[in-house]
Amino acid sequence: MQDLGIDLLFKGSNFLRLLNGLWVALRISLISVVISIGLGLLVGALMTLQNKVLKVIMRIYLEIVRIMPQMVLLFIVFFGSTRVFGWNISAEISSIIVFTFWGTAEMGDLVRGALISIPRHQYESAQALGLSTVQTYVHIIIPQTIRRLIPLSINLITRMIKTTSLVMMIGIVEVLKVGQQIIEANRRTSPNAAFGIFATVFFLYFIVCWPISKLAGFLEKKWS
Amino acid sequence: MDEKELLRLEHLHKEFGGNVVLKDFDLSVKKGEVIVIIGPSGCGKSTLLRCINGLEAVQSGKITFEGAPVEKNSKNISQIRQKIGMVFQSYDLFPHKTVLQNIILAPCKVQKRKKEEVEQEALQLLERVGLNDKKDAFPRELSGGQKQRVAIVRALCMHPDILLFDEVTAALDPEMVREVLDTMLELAKQGSTMLIVTHEMSFARAVADRILFLDGGELVEESNSPKDFFDHPKTERAQKFLQTFEYE
Repeated sequence: MQDLGIDLLFKGSNFLRLLNGLWVALRISLISVVISIGLGLLVGALMTLQNKVLKVIMRIYLEIVRIMPQMVLLFIVFFGSTRVFGWNISAEISSIIVFTFWGTAEMGDLVRGALISIPRHQYESAQALGLSTVQTYVHIIIPQTIRRLIPLSINLITRMIKTTSLVMMIGIVEVLKVGQQIIEANRRTSPNAAFGIFATVFFLYFIVCWPISKLAGFLEKKWS
Repeated sequence: MDEKELLRLEHLHKEFGGNVVLKDFDLSVKKGEVIVIIGPSGCGKSTLLRCINGLEAVQSGKITFEGAPVEKNSKNISQIRQKIGMVFQSYDLFPHKTVLQNIILAPCKVQKRKKEEVEQEALQLLERVGLNDKKDAFPRELSGGQKQRVAIVRALCMHPDILLFDEVTAALDPEMVREVLDTMLELAKQGSTMLIVTHEMSFARAVADRILFLDGGELVEESNSPKDFFDHPKTERAQKFLQTFEYE
């Protein structure tokens, strides 16, 4: 049997480098996720307001995010902004901006969906019991919204983690890029490394995303 | 009559964008009275109940409950609603809370009563409607009839002075209707003041002290004797309406 090039992992600090790369990817996605959740709650709440202008703006925003490939957004922010505005935004900040721009739109749409899916009689029966508006939101509406939201937003989080593999296109050395470097550096001695290293990268993504999506499934079942 | 007047509606007028649902409506409810409101769909029955606890604003007219005006957006509306228990047609339990949590939420948070005391009362009330073994169940695990009985207990636990029932059996399977109506009949016997909107005519006959027949937002016929009303309705509209419930 051909060797799979897995031995490369134990050469020098290769495995540690891969883990470092993974951390770069996770750092970008986690920071973006946290900001997206905060802004998404706000945007989602804005979307439920009956304001025509606001609705159109939000609609356009959401469509732009859906239609534009994330890579194009990355290029616009990283390369485009430097040329046109002369801004010197680091690659990591550019990635966080793009991921947050994307995450906020999707999160906002999820929040909007969760909010309008709470039936009107939930508000009314809370009011009929004498609960104030604040009490109605704190005890009845928000807990139900969060329950609907968590499984959906976890799905978004795993998608954001996976999509960080694009940021190597603007020069960030994340896990996939580290993998490529290791393979390139050992092309002569370990020509099969592409399999072993990329399989390892796959495995690293898997052990990060799998527990998260398991959690989503578990919560969905528990709260259905 | 020296009985205490609890609720008074004067010249109530309510419309939804030009569509008049209540026309110059008057009503006085005394303590302990059980009033059943019947009438064809869209006659304003449900809207009437929703106006009484301020879920709907009225265009003109006055609602007075225990001497205080009921207005949808007034500051004291929460105080008034605590005294007015309401049970809706749709199952309106809070799905993320257990039966017991559903019942004790408002007494604890709104009336600031002690949790232990409220829980004890909730369990007693649940026992009365035969559901004490369901206290830790979630609403989704209950049948429609059980949900409505819990909703009634939830309203009762606030110690309301009047109970409003808005077609509480309309969405139930026929075999579930009875258990809910029995619970309400029991409450009526114990002297609760109740305003009931229903399509269950034999129940209306059994429970009512007074029958109001509404059509097109107006009080068409009123009777202090349910028997007389059902056997010999005076107005033509009531006769026609009651005929739709009969089979030859």
